[in-house]
Amino acid sequence: MAAGAASGGSARSDTYKEARTWLLMPSWIVLSLLVLAPVVMMLIYSFLTKEFRGGVIWEFSTAAYDQFFCSRGLFGDEPCSIEWTYIQIFWRSIWQAAAATLLSLVIGFPTAYFIATRPEKIRPLWVFLITIPYWVNLLIRTVSMKFVLRDQGPLNDFLMATGLIDDPLRIVNTNFAVQLGLFYSYLPFMVLPIYASVERYNFSMSEAAADLYASKWTTLRRILLPAVKPGVIAGCILVFVPSLGSFLAPDLLGGAKNFMIGSLIEEQFKGNAGNWPFGAAAAMILLSMVLVILMILARQQARAQKGAEA
Amino acid sequence: MKNLLKTTAAAVALSVGAQAAQAEGQVVLYHWFEYIPAELLEKFTAETGVDVVMDTFDSNESMLASLKAGGMGTYDLAVPGDYMVKIMAGEGMLDTIADGELANAGNIAAEWADPAFDPGRASSIPYQWGSTSFMVNRDAYSGDINTTDIIFNPPADLAGKINILDSQGEVMLMASLHLDIPQCTQDRDQLKALDALLQSSKANWVSFNSDTAKDVLVSGDAQVGMIWNGFGAKAREEGANVEYAYPSQGLIVWMDNVVLLKDAPNRDNALKFMDFLLEPENMGAVTNFARYKSGVTGVEDHIDEALKTMPEQNPPAGIKTAFVEVCDEETQKVYDQIWTNLKK
Repeated sequence: MAAGAASGGSARSDTYKEARTWLLMPSWIVLSLLVLAPVVMMLIYSFLTKEFRGGVIWEFSTAAYDQFFCSRGLFGDEPCSIEWTYIQIFWRSIWQAAAATLLSLVIGFPTAYFIATRPEKIRPLWVFLITIPYWVNLLIRTVSMKFVLRDQGPLNDFLMATGLIDDPLRIVNTNFAVQLGLFYSYLPFMVLPIYASVERYNFSMSEAAADLYASKWTTLRRILLPAVKPGVIAGCILVFVPSLGSFLAPDLLGGAKNFMIGSLIEEQFKGNAGNWPFGAAAAMILLSMVLVILMILARQQARAQKGAEA
Repeated sequence: MKNLLKTTAAAVALSVGAQAAQAEGQVVLYHWFEYIPAELLEKFTAETGVDVVMDTFDSNESMLASLKAGGMGTYDLAVPGDYMVKIMAGEGMLDTIADGELANAGNIAAEWADPAFDPGRASSIPYQWGSTSFMVNRDAYSGDINTTDIIFNPPADLAGKINILDSQGEVMLMASLHLDIPQCTQDRDQLKALDALLQSSKANWVSFNSDTAKDVLVSGDAQVGMIWNGFGAKAREEGANVEYAYPSQGLIVWMDNVVLLKDAPNRDNALKFMDFLLEPENMGAVTNFARYKSGVTGVEDHIDEALKTMPEQNPPAGIKTAFVEVCDEETQKVYDQIWTNLKK
């Protein structure tokens, strides 16, 4: 996304200028039908009156947002005080997603670097190996993960057989299991963009740095990392955003004891609550939050680029 | 290339075959997961030439949501629980079965022919019925298990090892039975007590899972698990040393029913399928698979011997039973708030 802005200067000549409208038409139709329309619908629904047991009544109402921010007690007749319940749920989700992103980065960066430094012929094989597990359905992978991690599962059996631990580690139904599940679900989204930027990186720059007596750590920090930063940021966004709304891993691995944003929204549509406007409002708030984060990142990147060019 | 051609030819042949089978059309069924044997659907197609298309759901509420969000007019039949039949009827989502449209209507057992949730069986036929309680691993605990204290005030051996069904209605009903308060109560002190009870119990619960309720008992991830009796019987038959509890405070009972949906695109085939299910032999096959009870007379000759004597199917005489009730909007709002408080 930054690369397009960076080209700057003289406008590129557009070979397909005459046909542009027609060539873009399919993308416009698909994007507006499948992306824009649902978001607009969600926005409208969040301001409608809820119908008992699911559905909406076409009357304007801010009740959904009131429910999100205002606590009115068990019976809904107390004056408004700050509602912490949903903020707490959002905070928990953000924290889980951030932890999963960090885990993916720590594992994904060296992996991507490793692949990018293999001989050119073998690289596609490594990329292929990374993607193989992802041909299996996400639900099945998550359930299998639960089988591996459980108290009487192979992981604990192995650790106990080696004498490393005496009692099984309680991993399933903890926050850590959720983070592990998210990390495992989205790891390739971290590896692939980083791999793409490391592959383009000119390794003679690292050699030059070494010639100038930069230590390996300094070379990584001051030369390699800044050069591959767009890939790292893209990877982090690609892991963080889906983790934030995910409900498969939290439900299966976390025991569904606590709502995450995803399961809270799901409950409004599929659970007993049947409160569609509130589900839509929670989804809108999540969407706005992600949008703000992305905008801040984009601005920062634009500013950094300007600084580099000046 | 030759292989590719062969595969393509086979695929074409298959789809032509499928076309031929569709001569009698299809019936579209919206059903619970793991609740009907595949062989039975094949048998129906073999007998009638009607193809069965089936989607599955995992809770009454999610089925209602999907139908409301545009599923009406797609499905012919659905399988809601007792209280959900009443809700769907109230929402005008059910079609009426006229007298004489079901040749086998007479096979419905007398005690299920006129239930409160669907008077006169206007739109439904019985599918399976059973109870909701919990199972306890007898290796972990040997004391008395026939009390809801096991769930809401567990002994030290079981605390922190309890799986709860992720089902608001059943959890609320069990909690109400435990507190000995009426369902859908509007009394504020009783509602507060309900909220407090769930809050204090949560620390003793390890997870909320419905579709893995059996697996957590078999694998030992949970020593106590809220469960439906037939699903629980499967856990025991798969080797877990678990016993089904009959709490003295009361036993939750339910009945799932096949309903004819409004605007069913294949209404005639749907009625054929209902008639097919009302044949004792076929309903017996469902019972053998699902391990609940049926509500159809004559199935006794077609079910496994083991089913007749198994502990999960034979509650002690005189036990108090309760169906989940449909709360009014005001009370349901408080129930939802309590549920959110529980899971926040």
